[in-house]
Amino acid sequence: MTAPAPVEVERPETVERLDVPWIAIVWNDPINLMSYVTYVFQKVFGYGKAKAEKLMLDVHHKGRAVVANGTREEMERDVEILHSYGLWATVKKDD
Amino acid sequence: MTNGFRRVGDGRIGLDLAPEEAAVLRGLVEQLLELMEALPAGDPGLAELGISESTEAPEDPALARLFPDGYRDDPDAAGEFRRYTESGLRDGKREAAETVLKGLAETKIVLDDAQAHAWLRSLNDLRLTLGTRLEVTEDFYERAEELDWDDPRYALYAVYDWLGLLQDTLVRSLW
Repeated sequence: MTAPAPVEVERPETVERLDVPWIAIVWNDPINLMSYVTYVFQKVFGYGKAKAEKLMLDVHHKGRAVVANGTREEMERDVEILHSYGLWATVKKDD
Repeated sequence: MTNGFRRVGDGRIGLDLAPEEAAVLRGLVEQLLELMEALPAGDPGLAELGISESTEAPEDPALARLFPDGYRDDPDAAGEFRRYTESGLRDGKREAAETVLKGLAETKIVLDDAQAHAWLRSLNDLRLTLGTRLEVTEDFYERAEELDWDDPRYALYAVYDWLGLLQDTLVRSLW
């Protein structure tokens, strides 16, 4: 069982990031419990309960929510972990 | 009937099941393991490295829900993602299911933190599988109330609801 906290990546402030940011999206589905989804956000991303709950409600009411952003590799890793919890998550380039 | 999971001290989580409840759960987990066997295994050498040959979502809707695409509008990226993640995902789900089966050897079940999280994920896999089969929508409770008790789906609806109760008590015990 892995529960990685989000990795703090040091980003030089004066240099523009060359990598285009990517995002991880979680989509609403009628099966996953609201309590479970909140718990998974806390566990996977290390978010506090209030933030995790707000994200869960965004997913529930708006049909989806961006739950993380970073490099493509980081987002693929996050989505892989979310899939292991049965959440419906996808990776996307942030437009 | 069980009251669900509860904290029992020492960071452990307990669950008391009636023998028939344990039997129902065991049957569902065995079906889940069998269902996952239907995923294509691909080249054994590559599989050892966690790479599978499948680049397309499974046709079975329940399997497709357990192993969803990682990209929504980009089939090539979704295929590559699947090639590198699907077999690891299946191994994780299988291990979690086997942890549940082992736990079900008793009806007074006590779980450590790692076991509790395996149960949490596997109960969710069961709900995803059953919910997909039942074509559950947001108005599940309204639809369930309209079912006649002699409707063949009635028992499955009841089991689905019961799994939700179990999982919710587990989340609340872990919080």
